[in-house]
This record gives sequence, structure tokens and C-alpha cells, in this order.
Amino acid sequence: MLAKRIIPCLDVDSGRVVKCVKFKNLRDIGNPTELARFYNEQGADELIFLDIGASYKSREILIDVVRSVSEEVFIPLTVGGGLRSIEDMRKVLNAGADKIAMVTSAIENPPLISEGARIFGSQCIVLSIDAKREKESWHAYTHGGRHDSGRDAVEWAKRGERLGAGEILLNSIDMDGTKEGYDLELTRRISENVGIPVIASGGAGRLEHILEAIRIGKADAVLVASLLHYDEYTVGDIKNFLRGNGVCVR
Amino acid sequence: MIGIIDYGAGNLLSVKKALEHLKIECRVIDSKEGFKDIDRIILPGVGAFGAAMQRLRSCRMLEDIREWVLSDKPFLGICLGMQLLFEESDESRGVRGFGIFEGKVVRFKQGKVPQIGWNQVSIQKESCLLSGIDDLSFFYFLHGYFVEPKDTDIIIGTTEYGVIYPSMIKRGSIHAVQFHPEKSGVDGLRLLENWVRKC
Repeated sequence: MLAKRIIPCLDVDSGRVVKCVKFKNLRDIGNPTELARFYNEQGADELIFLDIGASYKSREILIDVVRSVSEEVFIPLTVGGGLRSIEDMRKVLNAGADKIAMVTSAIENPPLISEGARIFGSQCIVLSIDAKREKESWHAYTHGGRHDSGRDAVEWAKRGERLGAGEILLNSIDMDGTKEGYDLELTRRISENVGIPVIASGGAGRLEHILEAIRIGKADAVLVASLLHYDEYTVGDIKNFLRGNGVCVR
Repeated sequence: MIGIIDYGAGNLLSVKKALEHLKIECRVIDSKEGFKDIDRIILPGVGAFGAAMQRLRSCRMLEDIREWVLSDKPFLGICLGMQLLFEESDESRGVRGFGIFEGKVVRFKQGKVPQIGWNQVSIQKESCLLSGIDDLSFFYFLHGYFVEPKDTDIIIGTTEYGVIYPSMIKRGSIHAVQFHPEKSGVDGLRLLENWVRKC
């Protein structure tokens, strides 16, 4: 049976892993290569690195991190943050990334999704959606959650799939860093409206939240950050809990 | 020396990194001249069936690979590199594959397509490839199509995704897997090492 994936997320700024709350208030967590090794040993199914430094130098450092991680960690690696062109994508893939994630550049330039999928394959392209609730729906935001694109998040997910994205990484801005649980309604709505896997992100504070994201939100995978970064739990703890509740994990 | 076939697409970088990690000598091959001194080849691959056959043809490696496989020299196909061994694929109608094995490649009809993630391999036959690997171990899969061999005798492992399909095949020195051993953690590395040292 296909296992539900547990994916640690490393937000990296100039070579350091940081954690933010509601996309703000950065805190230093540690060295990305060491954390990648640590989570891999715990049984992480994939790793995601997001460059939130948004400078040329920060990106170059992250590329070096990915290069060294991919020489010793043999699970899928996704890289995102500020990738704006096919050349940017090629650079991170050549460094050893397996997939690339895009938020802002995908919204500003949707053909980048189809072009990336055509050149590198759909399996390489993760459409990352930063969604924020607006009354009865959600809007897709850009620029690290600072700008409302006005697009309906569910419609944007469907369009992303048609354009050739292979997966959706769904971040709830409202729940990010709150530890109050994933936005289950949003996750479920998107998951039921696309035929590609959905990775739920933002809000995990307890093990039950992860189970809910899978059971109620119908997520295919979950992103976890602070739950792991502060040594509250290991990937193994999360998987044991899920296994005990009848969820198939590796 | 192991040759990893490069036809301009595919995941050969991670295959190379995995072999280097295992301290196994390997080289990327991108033309027919590259086959010198090579005693094992790996055909990796992601991407579309038709485009891959076309690229192999334009790199002038198609016939060398076919000959290699037909003369039963050590070969490992990964993902698309497994599918290409068959006659044809629903993904690219009208394009002939290597046709080493009878049968075709078909698309999943249920669930989310492509299948992305870790799934289990149920061992159907003992094999050098699986030495030290438990039944129902997890490997990383990433594909929308799977093979349907006429000769079911070649199937050594199966996987379930709405349907039970062959995820490992073997005939003589020809091995192929639908998952990505180079992205499947410790068990994946073990499988690659088995292929080099035990098969």
C-alpha cells in the first residue's frame, strides 16, 4: 500500500535553518545539512528546503547545502524559494534536488509550470500555494504571504494541475506556526478537487493534527517543521502514532 | 566499470551519487563510443516513453543497448528504463520500445496519477537483487504507467496501487525495477549494491 509521507521542512536563510510564525518572527534552529542527516536517520520520507533569504547569496549557499546533502541522503529532496526561470530550476536540479517548488513565480508566470513540466517532467514540479482564508474561500498569496494575488486557491490548484504540476504543497498562512492544527477544510477542498497528491502544511502542534490532516483533510503527505525542530517529537514518534491509528506509513 | 546511460533526461545524477556513495566505480555514457570498458549498464529514466526512445535513437545508442540486452549482459533498468524494455506504451502510442519483453505499458486507472511516494514490494521470487531485503519493504515510486508482461515468469516483485502490478522483473542477467532505488534510502542502496556484487 502507498504510505502517507512525513516530510520535514527546512526554511533556510543564508545557510541557517529558521522557523517563522505566521510567516514572520524568525528564529534560528540550526545547520541545514546536520538537520537533513538527522531527519533522514529518523525515517523522514522526503525533505523540503525553502530558501527564505531571497538574496542571490542565500540561494547560492542553499544550492551548496543541497549538493552535499544529496551525496549522503538518498531520499527525494525538494527545493523552493525564489526560483524564477528554467535556468534557476536546472541549477537546483543539477545540484541534486529531485523536485522544485514555486509559489510567487508560478502565479506571476504560469507558463513556467508547463514549461518546467515539459522539460523536467511533471514529477519535478511542485506547485506551492500559500493560502489565506477570505470569508468562505481562500486566496493564494505571493511574496512570502505579504501580497494577495486575488486568485481563488482551489481554482489555482486545479489550474496548476492542468498546467502540469505533479504535486501541490498547500500552506495555510492562517495556521502557520500556530500549533493549532492544519486548515482541514482547505486541505480537504483542494485534495478533493485535484488528481495529484497534496502535501498539507502549516499548523501542526500535536500528533493528532497530523492524523486529522490525513483522515479529514485527505492529505497524501504532511509537512512538519516546529514539531520536529524543537525536539518535541521525532519522525519515528509521528509514524508510530499514525501506525497505531491504522495509517500506512513506511 | 558501470555505465549509466545518459540520453538527456532522467535521474542519472542521483544514480551516480548513490553508486559513488557505495564506492562503486561508474561513468556516464552519452554516445556509442562510451561503451568501451563497460561491463554493466544502468538505464535510468524519468520522462515520457516516446521522447526517451527518440533521444536514444538520436544519440545513436539504441542498437548498442538492444544488442547488450539481447546478449544477456548485466543490465539494470530503473523506472522508465524498465518500461522501455517492452513493446509499446499507452503513453506514446505508435512508438516502438526495445521489445525485449512481450507486453505493453499501461496507465493506472484508479487513484491519483502519477503514484508518488513509498510503496511496498511483495517478493514473488527469490533473487540476488533482494538479498538481505525483507518482504514488503518500502521503495520510492514515481510513475503513472506500469508494465504488463505476457510472460509472468519474469516477475520477481509486485506492488499494489489500486491494482497489483509488477514492480521488479528479471530474466537472466536482465533486471528492472519500477521504483527508484537511488531514492529509496537504505534498502534502495542495498539493492543497488546487490546488483553490482551479487547479480
